Amino acid sequence: MQYSESRTRNLRWLTYASIGLFIISFWMIFAYVGPERTQGEVQRIFYTHLGAFFASFVLFVVALIAGIQYLRTRHEKWDDLGLSAIELGLIFSLINIVTGAIWARPIWNTWWTWDPRLTTVAIMWLAYAAYLMLRAGIEDPNRRRRFAAVYSILAFSSVFLTIVIIRVRPDTIHPVVAGPTSTSEGIEGDFAMSDRITTTLLFTIFTYVVISITLLWYRIRLENRTKLIQARKMKLLLNA
Amino acid sequence: MSVTTTTPETTSTTQPKKRRLRTPYFQVVASLAWKDLRAEARGREMVNAMLLFSIMAVLIFSFALELDRQAQEATVGGVLWVTIAFAGTLGLGRSLAAEKDKGSLDALLLAPVERSALFYGKMIGNFLFTLAVGFLLVFLLTVLFNVNLFRPVLWLIIVLGCLGFATTGTLVASMSVHARAREMLLPILLLPVILPVIISATRASTALITELKTEDWLPWIQLLGVVDFVFLLAGFFLFDFIVEE
Repeated sequence: MQYSESRTRNLRWLTYASIGLFIISFWMIFAYVGPERTQGEVQRIFYTHLGAFFASFVLFVVALIAGIQYLRTRHEKWDDLGLSAIELGLIFSLINIVTGAIWARPIWNTWWTWDPRLTTVAIMWLAYAAYLMLRAGIEDPNRRRRFAAVYSILAFSSVFLTIVIIRVRPDTIHPVVAGPTSTSEGIEGDFAMSDRITTTLLFTIFTYVVISITLLWYRIRLENRTKLIQARKMKLLLNA
Repeated sequence: MSVTTTTPETTSTTQPKKRRLRTPYFQVVASLAWKDLRAEARGREMVNAMLLFSIMAVLIFSFALELDRQAQEATVGGVLWVTIAFAGTLGLGRSLAAEKDKGSLDALLLAPVERSALFYGKMIGNFLFTLAVGFLLVFLLTVLFNVNLFRPVLWLIIVLGCLGFATTGTLVASMSVHARAREMLLPILLLPVILPVIISATRASTALITELKTEDWLPWIQLLGVVDFVFLLAGFFLFDFIVEE
Protein backbone atom coordinates (compact mmCIF):
# COMPACT_ATOMS: atom_id res chain seq x y z
CA MET A 1 0.00 0.00 0.00
CA GLN A 2 1.29 3.40 -0.94
CA TYR A 3 0.47 6.29 1.31
CA SER A 4 0.08 9.76 -0.13
CA GLU A 5 3.03 12.07 0.26
CA SER A 6 1.11 14.69 2.23
CA ARG A 7 -0.19 12.20 4.78
CA THR A 8 3.26 10.86 5.46
CA ARG A 9 4.49 14.42 5.84
CA ASN A 10 1.68 15.15 8.33
CA LEU A 11 2.61 12.09 10.30
CA ARG A 12 6.24 13.16 10.35
CA TRP A 13 5.29 16.60 11.65
CA LEU A 14 3.08 15.05 14.29
CA THR A 15 6.01 12.90 15.36
CA TYR A 16 8.28 15.95 15.70
CA ALA A 17 5.52 17.70 17.63
CA SER A 18 5.15 14.76 20.02
CA ILE A 19 8.88 14.63 20.69
CA GLY A 20 9.01 18.39 21.20
CA LEU A 21 6.01 18.38 23.52
CA PHE A 22 7.46 15.51 25.49
CA ILE A 23 10.74 17.34 26.02
CA ILE A 24 8.93 20.52 27.08
CA SER A 25 6.66 18.62 29.47
CA PHE A 26 9.73 16.88 30.91
CA TRP A 27 11.30 20.27 31.50
CA MET A 28 8.11 21.58 33.05
CA ILE A 29 7.79 18.60 35.40
CA PHE A 30 11.38 18.77 36.60
CA ALA A 31 12.29 22.45 36.39
CA TYR A 32 9.31 24.74 35.87
CA VAL A 33 7.13 23.41 38.65
CA GLY A 34 8.54 23.38 42.15
CA PRO A 35 8.32 20.51 44.62
CA GLU A 36 4.89 20.21 46.23
CA ARG A 37 4.61 21.55 49.79
CA THR A 38 3.74 18.33 51.65
CA GLN A 39 4.69 15.60 49.20
CA GLY A 40 7.95 17.05 47.99
CA GLU A 41 9.72 15.64 44.95
CA VAL A 42 7.61 12.48 44.75
CA GLN A 43 4.66 14.48 43.55
CA ARG A 44 6.37 15.06 40.19
CA ILE A 45 5.46 11.56 39.05
CA PHE A 46 1.82 12.53 39.37
CA TYR A 47 1.91 14.38 36.04
CA THR A 48 3.02 11.31 34.12
CA HIS A 49 0.50 9.23 36.04
CA LEU A 50 -2.41 11.42 35.06
CA GLY A 51 -1.16 11.99 31.51
CA ALA A 52 -0.94 8.25 30.88
CA PHE A 53 -4.43 7.77 32.32
CA PHE A 54 -5.92 10.38 30.00
CA ALA A 55 -4.11 8.86 27.02
CA SER A 56 -5.47 5.40 27.82
CA PHE A 57 -8.93 6.87 28.38
CA VAL A 58 -8.88 8.58 24.98
CA LEU A 59 -7.66 5.36 23.35
CA PHE A 60 -10.40 3.26 24.95
CA VAL A 61 -13.02 5.77 23.85
CA VAL A 62 -11.58 5.50 20.34
CA ALA A 63 -11.85 1.71 20.61
CA LEU A 64 -15.49 2.02 21.71
CA ILE A 65 -16.32 4.26 18.76
CA ALA A 66 -14.40 1.95 16.41
CA GLY A 67 -16.37 -1.03 17.74
CA ILE A 68 -19.71 0.67 17.15
CA GLN A 69 -18.62 1.87 13.72
CA TYR A 70 -17.42 -1.59 12.73
CA LEU A 71 -20.77 -3.15 13.60
CA ARG A 72 -22.53 -0.43 11.61
CA THR A 73 -20.37 -0.26 8.50
CA ARG A 74 -18.46 -3.60 8.51
CA HIS A 75 -15.42 -1.84 7.16
CA GLU A 76 -12.17 -3.53 8.14
CA LYS A 77 -10.42 -0.25 8.91
CA TRP A 78 -12.56 0.21 12.03
CA ASP A 79 -11.41 -3.14 13.33
CA ASP A 80 -7.77 -2.16 12.76
CA LEU A 81 -8.39 1.08 14.59
CA GLY A 82 -10.02 -0.73 17.52
CA LEU A 83 -7.21 -3.25 17.86
CA SER A 84 -4.51 -0.58 17.64
CA ALA A 85 -6.24 1.64 20.17
CA ILE A 86 -6.69 -1.16 22.68
CA GLU A 87 -3.09 -2.38 22.40
CA LEU A 88 -1.79 1.14 23.00
CA GLY A 89 -4.38 1.77 25.70
CA LEU A 90 -3.10 -1.28 27.55
CA ILE A 91 0.44 0.10 27.46
CA PHE A 92 -0.61 3.55 28.67
CA SER A 93 -2.75 2.15 31.47
CA LEU A 94 0.18 -0.03 32.49
CA ILE A 95 2.30 3.14 32.72
CA ASN A 96 -0.53 4.66 34.72
CA ILE A 97 -0.64 1.72 37.15
CA VAL A 98 3.15 1.47 37.59
CA THR A 99 3.67 5.20 38.17
CA GLY A 100 0.72 5.14 40.57
CA ALA A 101 2.38 2.35 42.55
CA ILE A 102 5.66 4.27 42.68
CA TRP A 103 3.82 7.36 43.92
CA ALA A 104 1.82 5.34 46.46
CA ARG A 105 4.86 3.72 48.12
CA PRO A 106 6.02 6.90 49.93
CA ILE A 107 2.58 8.54 50.20
CA TRP A 108 0.37 5.62 51.25
CA ASN A 109 3.26 3.49 52.53
CA THR A 110 2.29 0.61 50.24
CA TRP A 111 2.74 -0.23 46.57
CA TRP A 112 -0.74 -1.51 46.14
CA THR A 113 -3.96 -1.51 48.10
CA TRP A 114 -7.42 -2.79 47.19
CA ASP A 115 -8.88 0.64 47.03
CA PRO A 116 -11.98 0.89 44.79
CA ARG A 117 -10.12 2.98 42.21
CA LEU A 118 -7.15 0.68 42.02
CA THR A 119 -9.40 -2.37 41.83
CA THR A 120 -11.43 -1.01 38.94
CA VAL A 121 -8.32 0.06 37.04
CA ALA A 122 -6.87 -3.42 37.43
CA ILE A 123 -10.14 -4.91 36.19
CA MET A 124 -10.19 -2.49 33.27
CA TRP A 125 -6.73 -3.64 32.30
CA LEU A 126 -7.77 -7.30 32.55
CA ALA A 127 -10.90 -6.70 30.46
CA TYR A 128 -8.85 -5.27 27.60
CA ALA A 129 -6.24 -8.00 27.96
CA ALA A 130 -9.12 -10.46 27.61
CA TYR A 131 -10.04 -8.66 24.38
CA LEU A 132 -6.67 -9.69 22.93
CA MET A 133 -7.22 -13.26 24.17
CA LEU A 134 -10.61 -13.31 22.44
CA ARG A 135 -9.04 -12.19 19.16
CA ALA A 136 -6.36 -14.84 19.43
CA GLY A 137 -8.92 -17.54 20.10
CA ILE A 138 -11.16 -17.11 17.06
CA GLU A 139 -9.97 -18.22 13.65
CA ASP A 140 -12.62 -17.02 11.22
CA PRO A 141 -11.53 -13.41 10.47
CA ASN A 142 -15.03 -12.05 9.98
CA ARG A 143 -16.27 -13.53 13.19
CA ARG A 144 -13.14 -12.36 15.00
CA ARG A 145 -13.72 -8.77 13.94
CA ARG A 146 -17.39 -8.92 14.90
CA PHE A 147 -16.80 -10.45 18.33
CA ALA A 148 -13.93 -8.08 19.00
CA ALA A 149 -16.21 -5.12 18.25
CA VAL A 150 -18.93 -6.45 20.56
CA TYR A 151 -16.45 -7.14 23.32
CA SER A 152 -14.81 -3.72 23.04
CA ILE A 153 -18.25 -2.23 23.69
CA LEU A 154 -18.80 -4.50 26.70
CA ALA A 155 -15.31 -3.84 28.07
CA PHE A 156 -15.94 -0.11 28.06
CA SER A 157 -18.25 -0.65 31.03
CA SER A 158 -15.07 -1.13 33.09
CA VAL A 159 -13.70 2.24 31.93
CA PHE A 160 -16.98 3.86 32.88
CA LEU A 161 -16.82 2.18 36.28
CA THR A 162 -13.29 3.45 36.83
CA ILE A 163 -14.31 7.03 36.10
CA VAL A 164 -17.46 6.89 38.20
CA ILE A 165 -16.30 4.92 41.22
CA ILE A 166 -14.14 7.49 42.98
CA ARG A 167 -16.99 9.94 42.68
CA VAL A 168 -19.61 7.69 44.27
CA ARG A 169 -17.63 5.61 46.74
CA PRO A 170 -16.91 7.56 49.93
CA ASP A 171 -14.32 5.06 51.19
CA THR A 172 -11.71 5.60 48.48
CA ILE A 173 -8.33 7.04 49.41
CA HIS A 174 -7.51 7.96 45.82
CA PRO A 175 -7.44 11.73 45.24
CA VAL A 176 -9.96 13.14 42.77
CA VAL A 177 -8.02 15.72 40.81
CA ALA A 178 -10.72 16.93 38.43
CA GLY A 179 -14.40 17.32 39.17
CA PRO A 180 -16.50 16.95 42.27
CA THR A 181 -15.84 14.36 44.96
CA SER A 182 -18.35 12.86 47.35
CA THR A 183 -16.20 13.51 50.42
CA SER A 184 -12.74 14.84 50.96
CA GLU A 185 -11.97 13.22 54.29
CA GLY A 186 -9.90 10.06 54.19
CA ILE A 187 -8.20 10.96 50.95
CA GLU A 188 -4.47 10.53 51.37
CA GLY A 189 -2.08 12.52 49.24
CA ASP A 190 -4.47 15.16 48.01
CA PHE A 191 -2.92 18.55 47.35
CA ALA A 192 -3.91 22.09 46.61
CA MET A 193 -3.15 23.10 43.06
CA SER A 194 -1.02 26.13 42.48
CA ASP A 195 -1.08 27.83 39.10
CA ARG A 196 2.15 26.21 38.02
CA ILE A 197 0.93 22.76 39.02
CA THR A 198 -2.27 23.27 37.04
CA THR A 199 -0.40 24.48 33.97
CA THR A 200 2.06 21.61 34.09
CA LEU A 201 -0.70 19.09 34.63
CA LEU A 202 -2.79 20.29 31.71
CA PHE A 203 0.28 20.51 29.49
CA THR A 204 1.36 16.96 30.36
CA ILE A 205 -2.13 15.59 29.70
CA PHE A 206 -2.17 17.35 26.33
CA THR A 207 1.29 15.95 25.53
CA TYR A 208 0.27 12.39 26.34
CA VAL A 209 -2.88 12.62 24.27
CA VAL A 210 -0.85 13.89 21.28
CA ILE A 211 1.71 11.12 21.77
CA SER A 212 -1.02 8.48 21.92
CA ILE A 213 -2.57 9.75 18.69
CA THR A 214 0.82 9.68 16.95
CA LEU A 215 1.51 6.15 18.13
CA LEU A 216 -1.99 5.12 17.08
CA TRP A 217 -1.31 6.37 13.59
CA TYR A 218 1.94 4.37 13.42
CA ARG A 219 0.23 1.29 14.82
CA ILE A 220 -2.46 1.41 12.12
CA ARG A 221 0.25 1.72 9.46
CA LEU A 222 1.99 -1.28 10.97
CA GLU A 223 -1.27 -3.24 10.81
CA ASN A 224 -1.69 -2.31 7.15
CA ARG A 225 1.88 -3.37 6.42
CA THR A 226 1.34 -6.72 8.13
CA LYS A 227 -1.79 -7.31 6.08
CA LEU A 228 0.04 -6.37 2.89
CA ILE A 229 2.83 -8.82 3.64
CA GLN A 230 0.27 -11.48 4.46
CA ALA A 231 -1.51 -10.90 1.16
CA ARG A 232 1.74 -11.05 -0.81
CA LYS A 233 2.74 -14.24 0.95
CA MET A 234 -0.57 -15.83 0.03
CA LYS A 235 -0.15 -14.72 -3.56
CA LEU A 236 3.33 -16.22 -3.76
CA LEU A 237 2.17 -19.46 -2.22
CA LEU A 238 -0.69 -19.69 -4.69
CA ASN A 239 1.61 -19.07 -7.65
CA ALA A 240 4.30 -21.47 -6.53
CA MET B 1 -38.04 -27.89 20.10
CA SER B 2 -41.50 -26.53 20.32
CA VAL B 3 -40.89 -23.30 18.43
CA THR B 4 -43.50 -23.71 15.74
CA THR B 5 -44.04 -21.24 12.97
CA THR B 6 -47.63 -20.37 12.32
CA THR B 7 -48.27 -19.26 8.79
CA PRO B 8 -51.61 -17.54 8.48
CA GLU B 9 -52.27 -18.10 4.80
CA THR B 10 -55.22 -15.77 4.75
CA THR B 11 -53.36 -12.65 5.77
CA SER B 12 -50.48 -13.34 3.43
CA THR B 13 -52.77 -13.60 0.42
CA THR B 14 -54.82 -10.53 1.17
CA GLN B 15 -51.89 -8.36 2.18
CA PRO B 16 -48.82 -9.65 0.39
CA LYS B 17 -46.55 -6.99 1.86
CA LYS B 18 -47.47 -7.59 5.47
CA ARG B 19 -46.71 -11.25 5.96
CA ARG B 20 -46.93 -12.42 9.54
CA LEU B 21 -44.47 -15.27 9.56
CA ARG B 22 -43.24 -14.69 13.02
CA THR B 23 -44.13 -16.43 16.21
CA PRO B 24 -45.06 -13.91 18.91
CA TYR B 25 -41.98 -12.66 20.72
CA PHE B 26 -42.84 -13.86 24.18
CA GLN B 27 -43.87 -17.26 22.91
CA VAL B 28 -40.39 -17.72 21.48
CA VAL B 29 -38.77 -16.67 24.75
CA ALA B 30 -41.03 -18.90 26.81
CA SER B 31 -40.72 -21.98 24.62
CA LEU B 32 -36.95 -21.72 24.47
CA ALA B 33 -36.68 -21.36 28.23
CA TRP B 34 -39.17 -24.19 28.69
CA LYS B 35 -37.13 -26.38 26.32
CA ASP B 36 -34.00 -25.75 28.40
CA LEU B 37 -35.83 -26.55 31.61
CA ARG B 38 -37.26 -29.79 30.25
CA ALA B 39 -33.91 -30.89 28.82
CA GLU B 40 -32.34 -30.17 32.18
CA ALA B 41 -35.10 -32.00 34.06
CA ARG B 42 -34.43 -35.09 31.97
CA GLY B 43 -30.65 -34.98 31.59
CA ARG B 44 -29.65 -32.96 34.66
CA GLU B 45 -26.09 -32.66 33.42
CA MET B 46 -25.73 -28.93 34.04
CA VAL B 47 -27.55 -28.32 37.31
CA ASN B 48 -26.03 -31.38 38.96
CA ALA B 49 -22.53 -30.26 38.13
CA MET B 50 -23.24 -26.70 39.25
CA LEU B 51 -24.77 -27.75 42.55
CA LEU B 52 -22.05 -30.26 43.31
CA PHE B 53 -19.38 -27.70 42.47
CA SER B 54 -20.94 -25.09 44.73
CA ILE B 55 -21.21 -27.57 47.62
CA MET B 56 -17.52 -28.39 47.25
CA ALA B 57 -16.55 -24.73 46.95
CA VAL B 58 -18.44 -23.83 50.13
CA LEU B 59 -16.87 -26.75 52.00
CA ILE B 60 -13.43 -25.60 50.92
CA PHE B 61 -14.23 -22.05 51.99
CA SER B 62 -15.47 -23.16 55.38
CA PHE B 63 -12.35 -25.28 55.92
CA ALA B 64 -10.00 -22.60 54.71
CA LEU B 65 -11.62 -19.76 56.61
CA GLU B 66 -12.15 -21.01 60.11
CA LEU B 67 -13.41 -17.80 61.50
CA ASP B 68 -14.96 -16.35 64.58
CA ARG B 69 -18.54 -15.20 64.61
CA GLN B 70 -17.92 -11.62 63.52
CA ALA B 71 -15.55 -12.53 60.72
CA GLN B 72 -18.03 -15.13 59.45
CA GLU B 73 -20.71 -12.50 59.10
CA ALA B 74 -18.30 -10.24 57.25
CA THR B 75 -17.12 -12.91 54.77
CA VAL B 76 -20.26 -14.92 54.06
CA GLY B 77 -21.47 -12.45 51.42
CA GLY B 78 -18.20 -12.73 49.55
CA VAL B 79 -18.23 -16.52 49.72
CA LEU B 80 -21.80 -16.54 48.40
CA TRP B 81 -21.02 -14.43 45.34
CA VAL B 82 -17.68 -15.98 44.48
CA THR B 83 -19.32 -19.40 44.49
CA ILE B 84 -22.28 -18.21 42.41
CA ALA B 85 -19.92 -16.63 39.88
CA PHE B 86 -17.75 -19.73 39.49
CA ALA B 87 -20.58 -22.26 39.49
CA GLY B 88 -22.52 -20.04 37.10
CA THR B 89 -19.57 -19.85 34.71
CA LEU B 90 -19.44 -23.64 34.74
CA GLY B 91 -23.09 -23.86 33.75
CA LEU B 92 -22.96 -21.11 31.12
CA GLY B 93 -20.17 -22.79 29.20
CA ARG B 94 -22.18 -25.99 29.10
CA SER B 95 -25.45 -24.33 28.12
CA LEU B 96 -24.17 -22.76 24.91
CA ALA B 97 -21.65 -25.47 24.06
CA ALA B 98 -24.42 -28.09 24.10
CA GLU B 99 -26.45 -26.04 21.62
CA LYS B 100 -23.51 -25.61 19.31
CA ASP B 101 -22.18 -29.18 19.41
CA LYS B 102 -25.56 -30.72 18.65
CA GLY B 103 -26.10 -28.26 15.82
CA SER B 104 -29.27 -26.95 17.42
CA LEU B 105 -27.85 -23.42 17.59
CA ASP B 106 -27.89 -23.27 13.79
CA ALA B 107 -31.42 -24.64 13.77
CA LEU B 108 -32.51 -21.96 16.21
CA LEU B 109 -30.92 -19.28 14.08
CA LEU B 110 -32.72 -20.58 10.98
CA ALA B 111 -36.07 -20.20 12.69
CA PRO B 112 -37.89 -17.08 11.50
CA VAL B 113 -37.97 -15.41 14.91
CA GLU B 114 -36.37 -12.36 16.45
CA ARG B 115 -32.77 -13.06 17.41
CA SER B 116 -33.09 -11.17 20.67
CA ALA B 117 -35.97 -13.48 21.64
CA LEU B 118 -33.53 -16.39 21.35
CA PHE B 119 -31.16 -14.48 23.60
CA TYR B 120 -33.76 -13.87 26.28
CA GLY B 121 -34.93 -17.48 26.05
CA LYS B 122 -31.43 -18.84 26.67
CA MET B 123 -30.86 -16.17 29.31
CA ILE B 124 -33.93 -17.18 31.31
CA GLY B 125 -32.78 -20.80 31.34
CA ASN B 126 -29.33 -19.82 32.61
CA PHE B 127 -30.86 -17.37 35.06
CA LEU B 128 -33.04 -20.09 36.65
CA PHE B 129 -30.11 -22.50 36.97
CA THR B 130 -27.89 -19.86 38.56
CA LEU B 131 -30.76 -18.94 40.86
CA ALA B 132 -31.04 -22.59 41.92
CA VAL B 133 -27.38 -22.48 42.93
CA GLY B 134 -27.97 -19.20 44.79
CA PHE B 135 -30.81 -20.58 46.87
CA LEU B 136 -28.98 -23.82 47.60
CA LEU B 137 -26.15 -21.67 48.91
CA VAL B 138 -28.54 -19.81 51.21
CA PHE B 139 -29.28 -23.10 52.99
CA LEU B 140 -25.72 -24.33 52.86
CA LEU B 141 -24.10 -21.16 54.16
CA THR B 142 -26.69 -20.78 56.90
CA VAL B 143 -25.70 -24.22 58.16
CA LEU B 144 -21.94 -24.13 57.60
CA PHE B 145 -21.26 -20.51 58.51
CA ASN B 146 -23.95 -20.32 61.15
CA VAL B 147 -25.24 -17.01 59.80
CA ASN B 148 -28.93 -16.55 59.21
CA LEU B 149 -29.42 -15.87 55.49
CA PHE B 150 -33.19 -16.25 55.50
CA ARG B 151 -33.92 -12.62 54.78
CA PRO B 152 -36.29 -11.55 51.98
CA VAL B 153 -34.07 -8.59 51.01
CA LEU B 154 -31.10 -10.91 50.58
CA TRP B 155 -33.21 -13.06 48.29
CA LEU B 156 -34.01 -9.97 46.23
CA ILE B 157 -30.26 -9.28 45.97
CA ILE B 158 -29.68 -12.89 44.85
CA VAL B 159 -32.40 -12.62 42.20
CA LEU B 160 -31.00 -9.32 40.85
CA GLY B 161 -27.40 -10.55 40.98
CA CYS B 162 -28.19 -13.79 39.19
CA LEU B 163 -30.18 -11.88 36.57
CA GLY B 164 -27.22 -9.62 35.79
CA PHE B 165 -24.86 -12.57 35.80
CA ALA B 166 -27.02 -14.66 33.46
CA THR B 167 -27.57 -11.76 31.05
CA THR B 168 -23.92 -10.88 30.56
CA GLY B 169 -22.93 -14.51 30.86
CA THR B 170 -25.20 -15.63 28.04
CA LEU B 171 -23.91 -12.81 25.86
CA VAL B 172 -20.24 -13.59 26.49
CA ALA B 173 -20.71 -17.37 26.37
CA SER B 174 -22.33 -17.11 22.95
CA MET B 175 -19.07 -15.52 21.76
CA SER B 176 -16.62 -17.76 23.59
CA VAL B 177 -18.40 -20.89 22.32
CA HIS B 178 -16.89 -20.24 18.88
CA ALA B 179 -13.34 -19.92 20.18
CA ARG B 180 -10.67 -22.54 20.17
CA ALA B 181 -10.10 -22.95 23.91
CA ARG B 182 -13.63 -22.01 24.92
CA GLU B 183 -13.62 -23.51 28.43
CA MET B 184 -10.57 -21.43 29.22
CA LEU B 185 -11.68 -18.28 27.48
CA LEU B 186 -15.13 -17.94 29.05
CA PRO B 187 -14.03 -17.05 32.61
CA ILE B 188 -11.33 -14.72 31.27
CA LEU B 189 -13.84 -12.85 29.13
CA LEU B 190 -16.68 -12.95 31.60
CA LEU B 191 -15.18 -12.03 34.95
CA PRO B 192 -13.95 -8.50 34.10
CA VAL B 193 -17.28 -7.60 32.51
CA ILE B 194 -19.38 -9.14 35.26
CA LEU B 195 -17.54 -7.31 38.01
CA PRO B 196 -20.02 -4.43 38.49
CA VAL B 197 -22.69 -7.03 39.29
CA ILE B 198 -20.49 -9.03 41.64
CA ILE B 199 -19.17 -5.97 43.48
CA SER B 200 -22.54 -4.39 44.09
CA ALA B 201 -24.18 -7.71 45.00
CA THR B 202 -21.40 -8.59 47.45
CA ARG B 203 -21.43 -5.15 49.05
CA ALA B 204 -25.21 -5.18 49.42
CA SER B 205 -25.22 -8.71 50.89
CA THR B 206 -22.42 -8.02 53.35
CA ALA B 207 -23.97 -4.76 54.51
CA LEU B 208 -27.29 -6.51 54.98
CA ILE B 209 -25.87 -9.51 56.84
CA THR B 210 -23.78 -7.39 59.20
CA GLU B 211 -26.97 -5.42 59.87
CA LEU B 212 -25.83 -2.01 58.81
CA LYS B 213 -28.28 0.80 58.31
CA THR B 214 -30.64 0.84 55.35
CA GLU B 215 -28.75 3.61 53.59
CA ASP B 216 -25.65 1.40 53.60
CA TRP B 217 -27.15 -1.36 51.45
CA LEU B 218 -29.98 0.29 49.55
CA PRO B 219 -27.72 2.23 47.11
CA TRP B 220 -25.97 -1.01 46.17
CA ILE B 221 -29.29 -2.69 45.36
CA GLN B 222 -30.26 0.31 43.25
CA LEU B 223 -26.92 0.17 41.45
CA LEU B 224 -27.44 -3.55 40.88
CA GLY B 225 -30.83 -2.84 39.33
CA VAL B 226 -29.36 -0.21 37.02
CA VAL B 227 -26.51 -2.51 35.97
CA ASP B 228 -29.01 -5.32 35.25
CA PHE B 229 -31.10 -3.01 33.13
CA VAL B 230 -28.07 -1.84 31.14
CA PHE B 231 -26.91 -5.39 30.50
CA LEU B 232 -30.42 -6.51 29.50
CA LEU B 233 -30.50 -3.69 26.94
CA ALA B 234 -26.94 -4.49 25.79
CA GLY B 235 -28.02 -8.09 25.18
CA PHE B 236 -30.95 -6.92 23.11
CA PHE B 237 -28.75 -4.86 20.81
CA LEU B 238 -25.54 -6.88 20.71
CA PHE B 239 -26.81 -10.46 20.43
CA ASP B 240 -27.85 -9.92 16.80
CA PHE B 241 -24.27 -9.10 15.89
CA ILE B 242 -22.87 -12.13 17.69
CA VAL B 243 -25.02 -14.78 16.04
CA GLU B 244 -25.37 -13.42 12.52
CA GLU B 245 -23.70 -15.62 9.92
